[in-house]
This record gives sequence, C-alpha cells and structure tokens, in this order.
Amino acid sequence: MTNERTGTPLVEMRDISISFGGIRAVDGVSLDLYPGEVVGLLGHNGAGKSTLIKCLSGAYQADSGKFYVDGQPATINSPRDSRDLNIETIYQTLALADNLDAASNLFLGREITTPLGFLDDGQMEAETRKIIARLNPNFKKFKEPVSALSGGQRQSVAIARAVYFNARILIMDEPTAALGVHETEMVASLIKELKNQGLGIFLISHDTREMMDLCDRVAVMKNGQLIGNERVEDVTEDDILSMIIMGKNPKAAA
Amino acid sequence: MTDTPDSSSDPHAPKAQNVNLLRKFLNGTEIDTRLLGMFGALALIWLGFHFYGLIFKGFGAMLTPRNLWNLSVQTSSIGIMATGMVLVIVTRNIDLSVGALVGVTGMTMGILQAEIFPQYIGLGHPMMWVITAICGIALGTLIGSFHGWLIAYRDIPAFIVTLGGLLVWRGTAFLANNGKTISPLDDTFKLLGGGPYGTIGATGSWIVGLLACAVVIFMLYNGRRKRSVHGFAKRPMWGELTVGGLSCGMIIGAVLLVNAYPWPKGIVKQYAAANDITVPEGGLFISHGFAIPVLILLTVGILMTILVNRTRFGRNVFAIGGNPEAAALAGINVKWMTLKIFALMGALAGLAGVVASARLNSATNALGLLDELYVIAAAVIGGTSLAGGVGTIYGAILGALVMQSLQSGMVLIGFDTSIQQIVVGSVLVFAVYLDNLYRKNAK
Ligand SMILES: Nc1ncnc2c1ncn2[C@@H]1O[C@H](COP(=O)(O)OP(=O)(O)OP(=O)(O)O)[C@@H](O)[C@H]1O
Ligand SMILES: [Mg+2]
Repeated sequence: MTNERTGTPLVEMRDISISFGGIRAVDGVSLDLYPGEVVGLLGHNGAGKSTLIKCLSGAYQADSGKFYVDGQPATINSPRDSRDLNIETIYQTLALADNLDAASNLFLGREITTPLGFLDDGQMEAETRKIIARLNPNFKKFKEPVSALSGGQRQSVAIARAVYFNARILIMDEPTAALGVHETEMVASLIKELKNQGLGIFLISHDTREMMDLCDRVAVMKNGQLIGNERVEDVTEDDILSMIIMGKNPKAAA
Repeated sequence: MTDTPDSSSDPHAPKAQNVNLLRKFLNGTEIDTRLLGMFGALALIWLGFHFYGLIFKGFGAMLTPRNLWNLSVQTSSIGIMATGMVLVIVTRNIDLSVGALVGVTGMTMGILQAEIFPQYIGLGHPMMWVITAICGIALGTLIGSFHGWLIAYRDIPAFIVTLGGLLVWRGTAFLANNGKTISPLDDTFKLLGGGPYGTIGATGSWIVGLLACAVVIFMLYNGRRKRSVHGFAKRPMWGELTVGGLSCGMIIGAVLLVNAYPWPKGIVKQYAAANDITVPEGGLFISHGFAIPVLILLTVGILMTILVNRTRFGRNVFAIGGNPEAAALAGINVKWMTLKIFALMGALAGLAGVVASARLNSATNALGLLDELYVIAAAVIGGTSLAGGVGTIYGAILGALVMQSLQSGMVLIGFDTSIQQIVVGSVLVFAVYLDNLYRKNAK
C-alpha cells in the first residue's frame, strides 16, 4: 500500500477529554493522522465524534490532553489557532452566516482587501465562482444570501471554504449528508484528489460503505471513548457495525 | 418541462406587462423595493400634511423651503445615532441609553466650555469648540465602551446594561450641574447646531452639491469598470443613466431647496451692519444653504456606509448578526467586536450631543430625552431587522427623516403632544408589520 504509516504524523491527539456538565462527551481519545491519509470517524449519534474534532478545530477547548502537529506540541485555544496551523474544518452545522452571500461566507474572517484596506468583493466573488465550479457546476446563486440556497448548495459553500485556503489538515463532519448522488461523487473524487496532494483528512460519516471506500483507516467511537482504530483492509463492514453497536472491537478480542 | 409561458400568451397581458415593466425597471436600475417604499412613505407624509394644511388651515406649511430646511436640521442628531444603532441591532443587541448619553455628554460639554476651559484658555477661545466637541465624543466613546465591556465580557444582556445606563447617565446629567441649564454656549460651537449662521450659504451648497454629483457619477463608473474586470453581469446603460440621473437630480433639488430659504430680515440687518453692507430697498436675499449639522449627518452617513459595506469590520458585523457561532468559528473575535460596536455607538451619541446642545445653544439635563426610542424606530423603519443580520445605513437615515417628518408635520397642523405620541407609536408598530409582509414576499 502507498500509505505506510511512517515518519511523523501530521496531527496527533493524545488522551483528549472534554465534559459538558458531567457528561464526558470525549473520554481519553488518542488518534493520529498521516499525510495523504483519510481517517474515518464512525459512531452512533452522540458518540462524541463532532466534539472530538471541534477540540482540534478550536471550537471547544479540551479539558485535558495534548495536540501535536508535525510532531511539535501545539496549543489550540481558538478557531484562529487551528486555522493558523493549516487545519480547515467543515462543521456538521456548516457554520454559515445565512444573511451573507457565498463569497462573503467563503472568505469570512479572511476577506480579500484592496491595497487601501477595503473589501475586494469582485475578487472574492471571482475566486468563489472558480472553486465552487469544481464542486457543483450547477451552482448559480452567487448574489443571494446563503439562506436562499438548498441544503446541498449550502454544503457546497462550506466545502469550498475549507478547500480554498490550502489546508494541510482537513476535517469534514458529515460533508455529504445533504448532497445528491452526483455532488456526493464529486466530493468523493475531491477527497481522493486532496489525499493524493498529501493532505490529511478526518472524515465523519454514517455511511459505512462510503467510509470503507474512501478511508485508509476507520476509528469508531462510542459514548465518548475510542473503541477501535483499524486499517480498512483489516476489517469488514460487519466488524465496523459491531463496533458501532456493541462497542467492542472484534479485532482486539481476537 | 415545457418553456414557461411569456406574457404574450398570458390572458392578463396588460396587467402582466405593467408588472414586467416595473420589474424590468427595478432589475435594470438595481433599486431595491424597500428604498422605493421609503421614498413613497416620505412623499405620502409630506403631501398628506401639506394638503391637510392647505385644505383645513388655508395654508400648506409642510412643503415650504423653510419647513423642509428645519426638518433637515431636526433630523440630524437622530439620524447620526440611527446609523450606529443599525450596527447595534444588526448584531442582535439594543442600546436604550443613547438619549441619556446625549444628555450627559451635552451637559459635560456645557460645563467644560462655560466653566472649566475658560479658566485655562479664556472665554471665547477660537479652539474652544474643537476641544469641547472632542471631549464630548470621547466621553460618549468611553461610556459606550464600558457598556460594551459589560455586555461582551460580563455577559449581561444589552437590554439590561443599556436600560441601567439610561437611568444612570440621565441621573448623572442632572447631578453634573444640579439640574441647572447652561446657556449660552460658545459662539463657534453653536454653529455646529445650525441656525442662520451655522450654514454654508448658496455658493457653498452648490459646491457641495456638485461635488456630490461628481462622486455619484464616479462611483457608478467605477462599479461598472469593476464588474467588467471580473466579467460579471453589468447594469444596462439605461439603468446606469436612470440611477445617475435620479441621484444627481435629488442632490440638485436639495441644493435648490436649501438655497430658496432666505435668512430672516433681522439676521440680514445684523449681518449687513457687521459687514458694512447697505441693504437695498427690496431687502437682501441671503440663502441659508445646507446647515452644518446636516453636513455632519451626511458625512457620518457616508463614512458609516463605507465602514459597513467596504471594510472587514462591517462584513464581520453582519456575519455576527447572521450567525454568531459561525462568526466565532471563522475566527472573528465576537466579544471584542461587540465592545467596539458599542464604543462606536457611544461616539455617535457624543456627536449627537454636540449637535443637539449646539442647536439649542444650551446644555440641559433633559437633552436627548426619549431619543433612544426615535433612534431605534428610525433604524427599524429603515429596514433594520431586530432578528439581526439585516440593515442599511441609508435606510436608517431615511427612517429618521420619516419619523421627524411625521413629528414636525403634526406640530405644523397643531396636534397635541399626546396625539403625536399616539401616532408615532402606531406608525412604528405598523411599519414593522409592513416590513414583515415585505420580507415574507421577498422570500
Ligand atoms: N455544547 C454542548 N453542550 C452540552 N453538551 C454537548 C455539547 N456538545 C455536545 N454535547 C454532548 O456531547 C455528546 C457528544 O456529542 P457529539 O455532537 O460529539 O456527537 P456526534 O458523535 O457528533 O453525534 P452525531 O452523529 O449525531 O453528529 C452528546 O451527548 C451531546 O449531547
Ligand atoms: Mg456530529
């Protein structure tokens, strides 16, 4: 296989825990990600997948645990810290400002400005058109606020935002949940392309088959804990399902 | 799917064609319907009061140069604050303290220029007005920042902080001079509030008007050029010409209007005596021209529009209003932004304090009483949504003009204060209802 896990991992999360009012949403999870690798995160609703990756994206601050990027310890206290480490995130909620158009959302917090410091809306719209054309060629509503877009179109905007800024680490929390067959395929091929460029990708999805297809490794969570972390070629779909449902790793038991 | 039928095969062709023509006009000019509605409301109010006066009192006082000029001056301080209130409301907050801030900054500036500064630089010092105004605006900024800090960093709802602020600062304004009024104010300072001398005259007004027309034309040209660069759809040429023509027409109309209002005879005599001019038989026609507070409002309006539409700050304000979580996840420091927005609101309230006290030529603790309600109403009537994320600066200024027109129209035809309050209150509620309908249709 091309992805021998050698060298230093792109990201390493060590023993991450976070609680919300007594509930341990993430409980001592350690997980790493290598360049050119896609790691799938699976688990039932409320397993703690989104919470874990939100600690990495800076949306939450972990109660305990450490992050390493390129082998160096990294402090992630805010979304900005995470972005500065070239980590881009597509949130499950998409995190779009509904009242703004696609370009404003894509460049939110990183607006392109003219030499005088004013917004360069023309440039931003042109860039937005370019990147979205790669994801969703039928996308036309560049002038409307994103509240006027369909669920899938909104998702395209969120994906475009994460991809545009040359991330090295991409977090995708159910990026295709609202997409049609064709658009899902385009995202799948995009993931493969990015992976070939050497990005590391955390992918969250409930579609086990899709995950077997796209990922190099799958990690399964249940009740905040990491149940299993296996290379896809070593497990069957049934193994994964039983990890999700029973919370036991047949591999570890064997 | 078959092609959608066009209007020629439509049984209601004539009506549909009218609708299409309007749609085509709006699309071509990119004028939004809300703006059109606001102008419509304004025209309705102006004509309504004018003809009411004409029919029932034998004299229509509304549409006279004198009244419209006064209206422009009266709108200034509310309009200045309304531009800031847009940002506050867009970010899902509210500021109930602006009227009290006008009071406390006005009072402080009164004390400073009448009692404190004269001890150091002497009464009537030519720099008195600048120093005083800067102090007033700085005080407003400071209080606004404090409110913003309580709201953003201490998580106290804006409604509560500024409701408290309303009482605290109104009380402070009273205590500052034990409830006594300070009058008159510095001679130069006074000009910031308008009055016959606080104007720029006919020539000055033409210069301002023509400059404004040049800016409008440049902006249309520049916008068109930018769209070409990126290959985006452009407005049709007739649309550009219509927008340019309408805008310049309105500017020139405003110049003609303010120039048509002459100084009263007494002022002319005084002025002539002071400048060794002999007044001819038929009297001397000296135009007011634009009042200084109106120019202040226009400057604030332009700067705030640039801030909102053309800067990161403005874009981030709207992002926070649309989705605070998304804004935070995009790396925007929402708390710090909130503090800055309230600081800006405070600064504008300080500036409104300058204009309001200068206009009265006195500082009283009641200065700006109930202004917060007019300011909020102006922003809301101007299309700022209390749900956040939506609002425009020009809308708020027009909203202020609508509110002030109503108010002054009712004064002219002799309505009591009590009836004025009833009407203004009802109009506010009705306007928001209309706005809801508009938004539903727009979706
Ligand atoms: N901000 C929060 N406040 C309180 N509890 C939270 C918060 N965020 C997450 N939780 C809790 O943490 C647990 C994990 O939630 P999380 O969103 O990570 O699940 P998930 O695995 O992403 O589920 P899904 O597949 O439904 O997206 C849940 O019990 C949830 O209720
Ligand atoms: Mg989730």
